[in-house]
Amino acid sequence: MRPTHSGTMSKVKNKKRNLEENEDEQLPIFDKDGGKDGHLDDGDEDQGDLSDSEESVFSGLEDSGSDSDDEEEEEDDDEEEDGTEEKSSDVEEDKAADGDGDDQLSAKEVTEPQTDGQHSKENKKKKKTAGKEGGEESVVSARDSGLQTSSQVDEYEHDTSDEEDIRNTVGNIPMEWYKDYPHIGYDLDGKKIFKPIRNKDELDEFLDKMENPDYWRTVQDKMTGADIRLSDEQVDLVHRLQEGKFGDVNFNEYEPAIDFFSNEVMIHPVTNRPQDKRSFIPSLIEKEKVGKLVHAIKMGWIKPRRPKETTPQYYDLWAKEDPNSILGRHKMHVPAPKLKLPGHEESYNPPPEYLMSEEERLAWEQQDPEDRKLSFLPQKFACLRAVPAYSRFIHERFERCLDLYLCPRQRKMRVNVNPEDLIPKLPKPKDLQPFPTTQSLVYRGHSSLVRSISTSPSGQWLVSGSDDCTVRFWEVSTARCLKTVEVGGAVKGVAWNPNPSICLVAISYDDTVVLLNPGLGDRLVSTATDQQISSYEEPEEVKEQPVQWTVAEGEGHEQGHRLILKHPKAVRQVTWHGKGDYLACVMPDNGSSLQVVIHQVSKRRTQNPFRKNKGLVQCVSFHPIRPYFFVATQRYVRVYNLIKQELTKKLMANCKWISSMATHPGGDNVICGSYDCRLAWFDLDLSTKPYKVLRHHKKALRSVAYHRHYPLFASGSDDGSVIVCHGMVYNDLLQNPLIVPVKVLKGHTITHDLGVLDVTFHPTQPWVFSSGADGTVRLFT
Amino acid sequence: MGGLQKKKYESGSATNYISRNKARKKLSLSLADFRRLCILKGIYPHEPKHKKKVNKGSTAPRTFYLLKDIRFLLHEPIVGKFREYKIFVRKLRKAYGKAEWSGVQRMKENKPAYKLDHIIKERYPTFIDAVRDVDDALSMCFLFSTFARTGKCHVQTIQLCRRLGVEWMNYIIASRSLRKVFLSIKGIYYQAEVLGQTITWIIPYQFAHDHPTDVDYRVMATFTELYTTLLGFVNFRLYQTLNLVYPPKLDGQGEFSLKSECEEDYALESESYSEKLAALSASLARTVPSVEDEEAELDHFPAEGEDLEKMETREKMELEQNKQKKLFEGLKFFLNREVPRESLAFVIRCFGGEVSWDKSLCIGSTYDETDETITHHIVDRPTIDKQYINRYYIQPQWVYDCVNGKILLPVEEYFLGVTLPPHLSPFVEESEGDYVPPEKLKLLALQKGEKPQAEEDEEEEEEEDDEDDEEEDDQSEDEDEAEDEASLAEMEEKRAQGKSLSVKVTPGKVKPENRMRTEQEEKAEEKRLAIMMMKKREKYLYDKIMFGKKRHVREANKLAAKRKAHDDANKPDKKKKKKKC
Repeated sequence: MRPTHSGTMSKVKNKKRNLEENEDEQLPIFDKDGGKDGHLDDGDEDQGDLSDSEESVFSGLEDSGSDSDDEEEEEDDDEEEDGTEEKSSDVEEDKAADGDGDDQLSAKEVTEPQTDGQHSKENKKKKKTAGKEGGEESVVSARDSGLQTSSQVDEYEHDTSDEEDIRNTVGNIPMEWYKDYPHIGYDLDGKKIFKPIRNKDELDEFLDKMENPDYWRTVQDKMTGADIRLSDEQVDLVHRLQEGKFGDVNFNEYEPAIDFFSNEVMIHPVTNRPQDKRSFIPSLIEKEKVGKLVHAIKMGWIKPRRPKETTPQYYDLWAKEDPNSILGRHKMHVPAPKLKLPGHEESYNPPPEYLMSEEERLAWEQQDPEDRKLSFLPQKFACLRAVPAYSRFIHERFERCLDLYLCPRQRKMRVNVNPEDLIPKLPKPKDLQPFPTTQSLVYRGHSSLVRSISTSPSGQWLVSGSDDCTVRFWEVSTARCLKTVEVGGAVKGVAWNPNPSICLVAISYDDTVVLLNPGLGDRLVSTATDQQISSYEEPEEVKEQPVQWTVAEGEGHEQGHRLILKHPKAVRQVTWHGKGDYLACVMPDNGSSLQVVIHQVSKRRTQNPFRKNKGLVQCVSFHPIRPYFFVATQRYVRVYNLIKQELTKKLMANCKWISSMATHPGGDNVICGSYDCRLAWFDLDLSTKPYKVLRHHKKALRSVAYHRHYPLFASGSDDGSVIVCHGMVYNDLLQNPLIVPVKVLKGHTITHDLGVLDVTFHPTQPWVFSSGADGTVRLFT
Repeated sequence: MGGLQKKKYESGSATNYISRNKARKKLSLSLADFRRLCILKGIYPHEPKHKKKVNKGSTAPRTFYLLKDIRFLLHEPIVGKFREYKIFVRKLRKAYGKAEWSGVQRMKENKPAYKLDHIIKERYPTFIDAVRDVDDALSMCFLFSTFARTGKCHVQTIQLCRRLGVEWMNYIIASRSLRKVFLSIKGIYYQAEVLGQTITWIIPYQFAHDHPTDVDYRVMATFTELYTTLLGFVNFRLYQTLNLVYPPKLDGQGEFSLKSECEEDYALESESYSEKLAALSASLARTVPSVEDEEAELDHFPAEGEDLEKMETREKMELEQNKQKKLFEGLKFFLNREVPRESLAFVIRCFGGEVSWDKSLCIGSTYDETDETITHHIVDRPTIDKQYINRYYIQPQWVYDCVNGKILLPVEEYFLGVTLPPHLSPFVEESEGDYVPPEKLKLLALQKGEKPQAEEDEEEEEEEDDEDDEEEDDQSEDEDEAEDEASLAEMEEKRAQGKSLSVKVTPGKVKPENRMRTEQEEKAEEKRLAIMMMKKREKYLYDKIMFGKKRHVREANKLAAKRKAHDDANKPDKKKKKKKC
């Protein structure tokens, strides 16, 4: 042990000389181990002679103990020092945790102080004796004194905590109170203890750290402010405490336990106290109490407790029932409905049709339990013996319980109506005859959609315009095509002049409107018409007109073309005024104000009635009697007075997109068909809202028409049907129009999702013509 | 504008309802106690008509109680008992904690208990009310009586349930008020008519229960608490009406005969007695010795018109019922050990039959298997070794089917080893348009007293014919239309081409005009047109009703088709069998 010690000493000196060179030396590690061993041996030695070393151990203990306590305070105190100290302690911990030092430097640092532990201890001893004048024995803490019961020193001598190493009399106060003073307290004589002259700055600290081999075991005594170097024993103690061991090396924590009291009866009592006198004398109070109880029992006041009756007692609860006294129930009470009674399918042996097939069973299993119609799978068992227990029995009972107390109840009025009663009572269609009932004639010839049809005022002829760029003239009664006129584009609209004295048909295709004299019927009339047109004389002053009027010549004239009107835009609809002189054309265009033009044929004049664009114009029509003009835009129908030149009414159609419009011959009612399958009937006298909205068709309406004499109107739709309704308008203002659907006429086949494109009535007979996308025109009579 | 503006939600329906949490706070009860109180007092949530108004403008789902109901709970004495019990539990816990065993003993003896008598009286002011509501009580008691004596609930409760169930069954036997029985896959349904009220209850098959974990047994126990009280009082009153002794005692002779046997099997006298009662084989003692057949004759009142008709039907019903009550009278049954003894004994005794079983099977058997007078021996196994000649060996379903059919059915179909006819639910009452299984038709025919065999065939044939006819009709209609169309198309074609063709007149056929049909068509069209004119709301309602009706018809048709397919599939088998026979 000694040789190693000296060896290390020399090494320390070496190290002091040149730090860098020593870095690669491995010896200190071995030395460390050796040092440790030696230290342990040292401890053993100490056990041998307690007299001297133990005291020093305990004195060290005291110091280290106070240090560890004060460490936290010190943190606040002096940050610099604290940092370094903590570092050193960290290093120590590292060492304790992982014994092998990977880092050379740290290993060296650690080993150095340990190796010269003995040496420093001696030093310290000397120092202490010098400072304290041989008062080492007084430095024993109360805790340590407990451990040291067996020591020969008088244990009570230093037992008071007051007398422990008092060099500073300020007591247990935060030392930072003296932070700003030059002194740190007062000694026993009342003199100031001055702080050591420490103007250690960081550099000093560092140098100290580097050079002083004992730096890691140096702590500052808070009370005196002096640096104290911990002895080996103290360091060891700190290690032990850090490891959670007892401070005393010799303390055996696993000593055999000896019971103070045991099951064996000893000859001597535990306490030597003699028994009381009262334990030999009967108690008077008890006697009194017993006497009272005995008396009470004798008097029959106290009876032995009877066993409790557990079975409930039943009696006639309703002996005095009073049906009128209905307690606690109000009129809102809803009695719980009874459970549904089981059907055949629940039987253990149901008829075969109630059993589920394979697909049904799969479907049942895939359904959510709430959605299932049956809560169980019907099953068939050959005999009663084979029927198993129903696994959900308790569940079902429980659910019933839950229903009874948790399910909100509500009285629901069940609609108990006969569905027949809901159907409105309408006059029988039979009584509303005549109306078209059957398809009687089909006019074939067109090869494409027939967009528009019109009948001559006499009712003898029918004109139809189609997408195959032809206009055909038919004889109504025979379905013969008398004339075919080819035009230069798909025909959008045809309109026969309603004036019987004029034989003119307006045909619109592209941006052109042709007035055509078909030359059918009364020859006189047609020649008169021709004459009337040719007799036109140019007025003196030629006005600028939006439409170009030209007289047809040559081949066109041969075919019957009389006048050609070139419009600036494509014309969609043409319609005549009842007198037959005015012709209105619709050129739908969202941007411009030139959407509707009215031509006067006799004077070959054109005017644009509207200055402003109020939406896309769908169709227009003239009032049959009065000078009114109806303009249907997408959602509204505007009624203009042509004489006063003002807007008189605006009808709200309540639909998305009006497709067609027709005016009642009386003029007070208007029907509008719309692309959202509705037909709105307006009574102009009643309101600007529809009097009735009919949703009879399944698809968009294309066309609507009124009959000129009979109270009938018809609507044609994309679903290929024509619905004829009876629409009676009464002269009596108090009676609202009567609308009864009387017939659904079907005949057109649907091509390209289009069915009926136009409907029109025969002017005199209760017949209706319809043209369809299948290239036919049909007559229903 | 004078006057203060009315605040929202301070009057009207918003103040008539109270949410559950508020109710609970008002009563200052824990949720468990509130639940118990609601169960016992029969308080249930109400669905307000205008939920948003009641919910103060919010649409969150919430359950509401009527404020009146909750106010009515405020004065319930049982609430005080709940609180007492809570305190008792606390004290007991404390005593346990301090290990004061004598204190624990004393407290347990003085455990606060409550009675539900006043609640029963309050909920059912009249006896008839109570009888009307006894369905759920019976089902629950019968379920609880099948529970194992350990585990889920108190043994006393189970015993009490069993006792009450047996009392009820004994009453039904004594009053002969059982009407219908149904063997379902869930259990056995019974329907009885007590004091004019039809009461249906279900008893599970006798198996040990596989107790589910997602069932709150506390709720069930609370219900059972109420139901046992109710059923006890109802039983008492019912026994009184029949002059029977309550608690039930066996008839003198029955008691004597039973006393001799199997005494040693039961440790307790009381236990053996209750078992004997539960055997349902002996009649009960009466307070007043009764005269047999004391049925009151219906008095005849002079009546006219409809009343007369009603009277007649009522008399007829009465007669039928009396006949049904004596259905098994004079028959002696013997139950083999594999059949459900209790159910069969109950049913047979309800209709006046005598029943017995093997001595080792259960207490209370009255005669042995060797008895020569036994008429029916109920067996539920394919064959039996030792057969007596002078009795029918039948399967148990026969008994139930007889009860439901109200007549003694022919036994041939129920012999051992024979495939049983389907067991039909007696609760289904087919209205017009419903599907009626052919077995039911057969039964109805039997009830009318017609010959079974011929009738059946005819009916089936007729049915088939009908169906065929209908189908044919449909087909023919379609065909007709198709023909018309075809001819029309032809004509049109001809016409279209007709210009070039020489005009030729073919002699047309005179179409026999079906006047009926045209009329019908007209009517149908009228209806269609009228439907078009319906208002939107009415149309919706109408469509809904019609949808329901159509679904009904569809379901019936589906069942019929399934049956037909099944029969068709099985026909060859049957024929083969017949040939073999």
